[in-house]
Amino acid sequence: MASKVIQAIYTDDDLLLQAVKQVREARYRIGEIYTPFPVHGLDKAMGLAPTRLAITSFIYGIIGLLFSIVMMNYLMIEDWPMDIGGKPSFSFIQNMPAFVPIMFELTVFFAAHLMVFTFFMRSKLWPFKKAENPDVRTTDDRFLMEVDVANHSTEELTDFLFKTGASEIKLIDNK
Amino acid sequence: MYTLSSKLKLFSIILMVVGFLGLVYGFIAAPSTLDDVKEMLVHDDHGQVMETPVTGQLEDDETGFDYVPSEHELDTQRTDERDHIMAEDAELVHLEHVLHQLQNKPWAALYVAAFFFFMIALGAMAFYAVQYAAQAGWSPVLFRVMEGVTAYLLPGSIIMFILLALSGFHLNHLFVWMDPEVVAHDEIIQNKLSYLNVPFFLIRAAIYIAGWNLFRYLMRRNSLRQDEATDNRWFKKNFKLAAGFLVFFIVTESMMSWDWIMSLDPHWFSTLFGWYVFSSMFVSGITVIALVTIYLKSRDYLPFVNNSHIHDLAKFMFGISIFWAYLWFSQFMLIWYSNIPEEVTYFVSRIEDYNLLFFGMVALNFIFPLLLLMNSDFKRVNWVVVMTGIIILIGHYLDVYVMVMPATVGESWFIGISEISALAFFSGLFIFVVFSSLTKVPLLVKRNPFRKESEHYHY
Repeated sequence: MASKVIQAIYTDDDLLLQAVKQVREARYRIGEIYTPFPVHGLDKAMGLAPTRLAITSFIYGIIGLLFSIVMMNYLMIEDWPMDIGGKPSFSFIQNMPAFVPIMFELTVFFAAHLMVFTFFMRSKLWPFKKAENPDVRTTDDRFLMEVDVANHSTEELTDFLFKTGASEIKLIDNK
Repeated sequence: MYTLSSKLKLFSIILMVVGFLGLVYGFIAAPSTLDDVKEMLVHDDHGQVMETPVTGQLEDDETGFDYVPSEHELDTQRTDERDHIMAEDAELVHLEHVLHQLQNKPWAALYVAAFFFFMIALGAMAFYAVQYAAQAGWSPVLFRVMEGVTAYLLPGSIIMFILLALSGFHLNHLFVWMDPEVVAHDEIIQNKLSYLNVPFFLIRAAIYIAGWNLFRYLMRRNSLRQDEATDNRWFKKNFKLAAGFLVFFIVTESMMSWDWIMSLDPHWFSTLFGWYVFSSMFVSGITVIALVTIYLKSRDYLPFVNNSHIHDLAKFMFGISIFWAYLWFSQFMLIWYSNIPEEVTYFVSRIEDYNLLFFGMVALNFIFPLLLLMNSDFKRVNWVVVMTGIIILIGHYLDVYVMVMPATVGESWFIGISEISALAFFSGLFIFVVFSSLTKVPLLVKRNPFRKESEHYHY
């Protein structure tokens, strides 16, 4: 894929946010942004679609809840009813209060863990994966914005990016 | 400046008048003699109220204050006659019991509604103090609304005090421990007499009420002075006052909940009861702040409030509803699991006589807010917040209802004219006081140091 990108490095997150707005206003296309920490409002400034992670988390939570209900019903009512403290062990609903902590914990467990795995999959992160980070300084204190050159003039774009406050600019030519 | 629309004013006055008439009717309609009760029960459709134990063995009532007749120990050989007499006796005892419950009913209805609206104002005051103590940057545009809601604290707490004093002077029998006749036969209450006695009870109530109102008065005054100030002096004073109030509040609120609610069941106790009542009042207060804000905004009075502020209030409604459910369950499960008779009676009477209300209110207070407000976008949609808010308020009214009624009215409860009228009367008074207070000063704090941040607040 022959495409040229320009990598502009910023030194401050406020500066970056401001630059993102200007770049988008000027109708350039931002490919990716690398930051050392999550920058509040960056997703909105970049115009990214809202995350659907919350919905998946809700679904996982419901799966966890159902799983715990089926599990406790099988363990404590059907397979091996146990009399604990004289509580009725032959009816799920009558014994339910004792199971609520388990239902709660498994709901949280499923929602949290499966959400993290979903996040990893969607971000294409898995063990032994090589870092895609174009510049190691973005893990420290620099912010890097990749802008597609497409059919714009490289020089114009470079000038424009310097004006938005970039401290450093690199042209990458992917052949 | 907000001006009270004549429609709203009329509406609140109509509510008060209708509520007042209904309350008066409720007191008049309450039975005064055993014959009245008999007649009522005959005409009553609820068959189970007529049930009288015929075995002669009177079961101890849930509340534990049955009039167990000692004359049952008749020395007679003829057991059939004895059984007969005992059955008649038991019926009489039962009728007397129902009479007392029905006489309590209008008082209890008044008490529940008075406490509910008072607790909204106190909860809003706690929320207001939290904003100052945390030096919150998002909320100063809502301060005038919060101050408006807390304006009901003074009339609300005075009404509460009057009701407690009336109980103390034996005009009603809401608090069984105030009845010397009962105490004389009850060793458990006798042991609690050094705390549970009428003079100390009223002195404590006066201290709580005076303290809360003093803090409210000072913080409101400083907040208004800050508008005209040239530095942040009054803001800093309010910061300190808020911290002081929160300390005073959490201690007195806890004791208030023991005194005014838990002592209705003087044998029963729960160590997290104060927190439980607190969570209830906190979420009701926040909900009312959100509702008043949305109402004023819909009338174009709060142009500086954006949907991020509503979002934050809705987050609090959501979070504190879950906190409430957590406390409700913590209290319920431990007592249910250990099943100790002296503790579990509290829930036995609620589950047996108030089943639908008791579990229905958990659904209203927990499941509805949980599902309706879980979505981030829904928290910004005004009508979703309003609908959920109304559900939460109904739920917490019922919460207070099932805290108070089983001990005072027992199984003779029904939500009738007294309950609805009391609710109407106090909601009318609440609306009138709160919105009149909102007309007094501009709806935006002028010189709060966080005003700019709050106006630009955007999430």
